[in-house]
Amino acid sequence: MNYLQVIQLAAPETALTITVLVVLAVDLIVLRGQTVEQRFHAGMLVSIIGCLMAAILAFAHFEQGNLLNGMLVVDPQTNFLKVVLLMLTIFTVLISASGKFTEHVGEYLSLVLLGTIGLMFLVSAEDLLMIFISLELASLSLYILTAFNKRNARASEAALKYFLFGGMSAAFLLFGFSLLYGLSGSTNLPQIAASLAGRGPDLLLLVAIVTTVIGFGFKVAAVPFHLWAPDAYEGAPTPSAAFIASGSKVASFYILAKILTLGFGGAEGSAVWHGYVSGWTPVIAIVAALSMVLGNLTAIVQSSVKRLLAYSAIAHAGYMLLGVLANTPSSHSALLFYVITYALTVLGAFGVVTVVEAATGGDALANFAGLNRRAPGLSLCLLVFLLSLAGIPPLAGFIGKFFLFSAAGGADAEHLGLLWLVILAIVMSAVSFYYYLQVLKQAYVLDAAADAPAIKVPPVTMFALVLLAALVIILGCAPGLLLRHL
Amino acid sequence: MLAWTIYISFIGVLVLMLLPREAARAARIIALLTAIAGCVVAFAGAIQQSNPGEVTTIVKVPWIPSLGANYFLAADGISLVLVVLTGLAAIAGILFSWNVEKRTKEFFAFYLALIGGVYGVFLSFDVLLLFMFYELTIIPKYFLIARWGSTRKEYGAMKLALFSFVGSHLVLIGLIAAWVVARAQTGHASLDLLELSKVSFPLGFQHWVFPLVFVGFGILAGLWPFHTWAPTGHVAAPTAGSMLLAGVVMKLGAYGCLRVAMVLFPEGVRMWQGEIAALAVIGIIYGAGVALVQKDFKFVIGYSSVSHMGFVLLGLATLNTIGLSGAVLQMFSHGIIAGLLFAVVGRMVYDRTHTRDFNDLQTMQLGKLLPFAGVTFVLAGVASMGLPGFSGFVAELQVLMGAWKVFPVATILAGLGIIVGVAYILRAMQKAFYSDAPPGKFGHDHPLEPISVPERIGAVMLITASLVIGLFPGLLLNWIQPCLNSPLFERLLKGGSL
Repeated sequence: MNYLQVIQLAAPETALTITVLVVLAVDLIVLRGQTVEQRFHAGMLVSIIGCLMAAILAFAHFEQGNLLNGMLVVDPQTNFLKVVLLMLTIFTVLISASGKFTEHVGEYLSLVLLGTIGLMFLVSAEDLLMIFISLELASLSLYILTAFNKRNARASEAALKYFLFGGMSAAFLLFGFSLLYGLSGSTNLPQIAASLAGRGPDLLLLVAIVTTVIGFGFKVAAVPFHLWAPDAYEGAPTPSAAFIASGSKVASFYILAKILTLGFGGAEGSAVWHGYVSGWTPVIAIVAALSMVLGNLTAIVQSSVKRLLAYSAIAHAGYMLLGVLANTPSSHSALLFYVITYALTVLGAFGVVTVVEAATGGDALANFAGLNRRAPGLSLCLLVFLLSLAGIPPLAGFIGKFFLFSAAGGADAEHLGLLWLVILAIVMSAVSFYYYLQVLKQAYVLDAAADAPAIKVPPVTMFALVLLAALVIILGCAPGLLLRHL
Repeated sequence: MLAWTIYISFIGVLVLMLLPREAARAARIIALLTAIAGCVVAFAGAIQQSNPGEVTTIVKVPWIPSLGANYFLAADGISLVLVVLTGLAAIAGILFSWNVEKRTKEFFAFYLALIGGVYGVFLSFDVLLLFMFYELTIIPKYFLIARWGSTRKEYGAMKLALFSFVGSHLVLIGLIAAWVVARAQTGHASLDLLELSKVSFPLGFQHWVFPLVFVGFGILAGLWPFHTWAPTGHVAAPTAGSMLLAGVVMKLGAYGCLRVAMVLFPEGVRMWQGEIAALAVIGIIYGAGVALVQKDFKFVIGYSSVSHMGFVLLGLATLNTIGLSGAVLQMFSHGIIAGLLFAVVGRMVYDRTHTRDFNDLQTMQLGKLLPFAGVTFVLAGVASMGLPGFSGFVAELQVLMGAWKVFPVATILAGLGIIVGVAYILRAMQKAFYSDAPPGKFGHDHPLEPISVPERIGAVMLITASLVIGLFPGLLLNWIQPCLNSPLFERLLKGGSL
């Protein structure tokens, strides 16, 4: 191995690391005396340029390789996912512009970028150690981002909760990894699979599976490891919550699927109705079913839109786990399609919440009353995002669900064995329509107080939201555009 | 060409969205022009189609190859009937909502979006595409009712939206299951309705998946006992909303039952034929009976819709050519007549008197104050009763003739339902318009706005349509019957031929 090769393969990450330093330097040295808004705009510009450069490097660089036995694996798919992550980061940065939660612009932006670097390395890792390190890099940035609003006690509480749960889940993950290493003598996923093959499900392997699932169940906020999510989403500054819900989800699901399908290759078991075989799929099936049911039912009674989105995120994590456990090539691309479009949509939804929160001082349902009159464009974007989350055609959320459910249903076509999970998912997604409609009812049906002024949307944020809404519509009508990369 | 019915409607939506907020008059005119253009295209396309028995492709391009989905629009005679109905109902609805003053442009934007979705359903021959248009109609329905409705509008709107959504999700389960099974059997993925209809699904599979899809669509067709959204939804909706709900949206459900559930799972239909007929007859009698005792004028019409849609479902359950063609004809006929009845109740009476309670209406002597409304209601009422000469008669007669061969008892019970139908229409007519109760607090000193020109045009248009089809049913039957003899329906009808 030579270091030049590392730099070459990790060029996007390297570019982003340099950007982090530049953002910090510009903010701390050059822009000291300026207003927060100006500093935000300058910092945003630098971060976006950095992200774009990294994206170009990832896209244009057709170098493929596998460094140090799976420490850094670069292929077209990981490169594409990195571009997606960078785009999500750009959107996160853009919607941060309308938040008024901090004066520490440089620190905030550099933490977002550091988190992205962690996620990018995570996508490229096929080695337990590397997975753990990049996961921690991303998580530590997210903990701080959650606590970023120093004046808000709830943010601190949320961050502490997030951190404690996160620390514990990291411990579980490490425990599982150590068992895996002990069982197989390797930290490389394909090698682990090779030495576990034919071993059959024994107790140690099951413990390793369960602890790994616990660790990632926390990352993707699946029931019963979801308890931090509603508080973190509600307390965190909204753009931070958006980042947790979007970029971090994409990378976590990708790596979870990779560990389970690649690392536990021989220990799938079966979650087929009446055909249960122990392994990792039944564990995921249980977690998925619980997440779908609990997430959707709890979301119904929420009065804070951010909490509602948190519970809906839990429910969506349940749907996505279907894609993981179906474990066919088509379910893998369906999962990636779903999680990417979900990330775009939820980012948009949080973007709208950021604006409404800044203008009305809260994110309760009542704060959205009459939004259609106060900000027609914004409210149209909200309509697109929420209907896509509910799975209404012709938006991306619908076609994503169709891909995911048909792939899951098709996994055992002979006996339609996974159909019970698909039916549960579809029934629950019918329930979800109710609570999304509650928000839209506020925006479109109810009237705001008579003296409520029009809401001014910062042009940068509006640009980002319109772009996101357009993407959600385009990917819904022409899913092939994204699907062919996955 | 017919595809332009869809595109024109959505172009209308875009134009309306770009209008300034105050331009209410411009919004009305644009909406009306859009609807007329759609209707003209529908008629022209229908006449152009030389062979209505054949599925004529309008456009077919690959859309999502991995699923086997195409952007596949096509039409056969049954689609043509319903597309023409949609065109007529769309114009009528706009004429009867000429007086919408509150947020006019948004009202018509949602209205045209709904119409566009409905055209889309009737013209889609790819099940995924059909499903997408079907779900697309839910959102405009919800907002039309919740925003511009009356009596418990938010409740009615939410109930309708949730019923529709649950129904469409039942359908979704069935479609995904059918897709998986068909792919395993034929080796390639397809969502093309014509291709799927050639797959023989295993009997055990059809046994459970058919009721799922049929009930899923049937919910929107007012299938008893899942009809409860219909009365509340109709009553809560603004006039144009209830006209469209009864006129075309309920037809979406029945159309889905016929086009998707029955064509894909012909053996499944035969297994459940009796149950469907039983539910249909219960719906006919129950709807009519409940309509007979209502205090609210609009609830009478709301329940009458459930009753008349029961005939459509009974016709579907007969599985013979005459019953099925009666069912399709009844879809058209009920679309026209129910639209007219809702127009009288909602626009002509309620918007002027602000009450629908028979106790209040009795004291107003509306027959004298609004003679045009009275006469329109009488004509629509006798059409609804099934008087010869109007479309309802030929349609229901065919359904009963078809049903007589298969379910004699059910046919007699359904005939009883018609008699109750006469009773509730006469009761409503007498109480609302021709009561001899002494004038009450709303007497003659309370001048009512005269019936406007758009209302007159709309009423004449719908009455004419019903009369023309009543006198010359062959116009539509020439479209419907060749379809039923086409290969698409061969497997469905071979068991119960005429």
